[in-house]
Amino acid sequence: MAEEKQEEFWRWTESNWRNPDLNWTNGRFITAGIDVGSVSSQAVVMVDGQILAYSNMRTGSDSPNSARNALKYALEGLEIGEDRIAYCIGTGYGRVNVPMADRTITEIACHARGANFIYGPAVRTVLDVGGQDIKVIQCDERGKVTNFLMNDKCAAGTGRGMEVFADLLGVPVTEVGERSFRVKEEPSAVSSICVVYAKSEATGLLRKGWTTEEVLAAYCRAMAERIHSLVERVGATPEFAVTGGMAKNRGVMDRLMNIIGIERARTGWDTQIAGAVGAALFAHALCRQGKGGKKGLDPR
Amino acid sequence: MLANYGYKDGSGDYFITIDTDRCNGCGDCVAACPSEVFEVLDEDPNDPLRDEPVAVVAADKKKKLKYECSACKPVSDRPPLPCVEACKAGAISHSW
Repeated sequence: MAEEKQEEFWRWTESNWRNPDLNWTNGRFITAGIDVGSVSSQAVVMVDGQILAYSNMRTGSDSPNSARNALKYALEGLEIGEDRIAYCIGTGYGRVNVPMADRTITEIACHARGANFIYGPAVRTVLDVGGQDIKVIQCDERGKVTNFLMNDKCAAGTGRGMEVFADLLGVPVTEVGERSFRVKEEPSAVSSICVVYAKSEATGLLRKGWTTEEVLAAYCRAMAERIHSLVERVGATPEFAVTGGMAKNRGVMDRLMNIIGIERARTGWDTQIAGAVGAALFAHALCRQGKGGKKGLDPR
Repeated sequence: MLANYGYKDGSGDYFITIDTDRCNGCGDCVAACPSEVFEVLDEDPNDPLRDEPVAVVAADKKKKLKYECSACKPVSDRPPLPCVEACKAGAISHSW
């Protein structure tokens, strides 16, 4: 029997980055934020509130290990030992499983703070479409939450749903957005928002003769409509920032912004690190208030 | 801060909103609720730099509010909700 080649269409590229212009040796506080999500984990290391390095990886089956790996990957090539980190905050779905964290903070607070940093203080609405949940947050100019909701009961319209779909259709998840626009006419959304039912609906559509691109378009539209129904509850005050992996999927985001009727804010940062950035910023704020930095770094 | 706890599913929206700017963490809602939906925490988990007690919807309740709250929500002749009545600050509201 011929060996079947198993391709992983859901897989996205893991990455790390370090700031070449930042010298950490003179830093007063080195803080870390580790966001262990249901699908991806990020670690951000900051020096006095500036990003020194970050990593973005897939969460494994073992949350403590995912946290360790993410931090190790972020610190790759830097001579910083973990003991040099004054304060570390864990956030995300798996935040209670971050072994090196000094405390945890909810992802709601961290995402608002992180989006305020990576998109700028003009952001008033933060939409985070994560691996298994959707958060809609309104915040003030300091990134403080003023209104939020989180839907973590149903994973419809989330990143993992998109991964499942990419796998079903044999389209790399990173190409779904672009390819969903290669249709002659925009199809109507798949009728079911549930990942499981949408998947069987898609199989039926393919059998009916729809092209892969048309099915992708129909699914992206369904996700956009689903996300919009949650955004509506909190409101979409500009500037509107999107964080999480789904921000990289134009197929869903362009359709969503079209429904909402405003433009979304742009950033050069990786949108997936927002939660970890927020956590590292909170760690820095706590250090400055004298509530952190317990690991023996004498504040100058 | 308006904290919306709950969810949206195929059957509707089920959110309890707590206005944390009004909530003083007195705990009257905790005593009033027959389903133990509320709890008071020493610190707002979503506002970590503020150290004041605040009421939240318990983590094990927020994904089943439709059912937890059903006893106080008969289809007809619905009486005022005990949690909303109990909150003198007017911090609690329901979406359904």
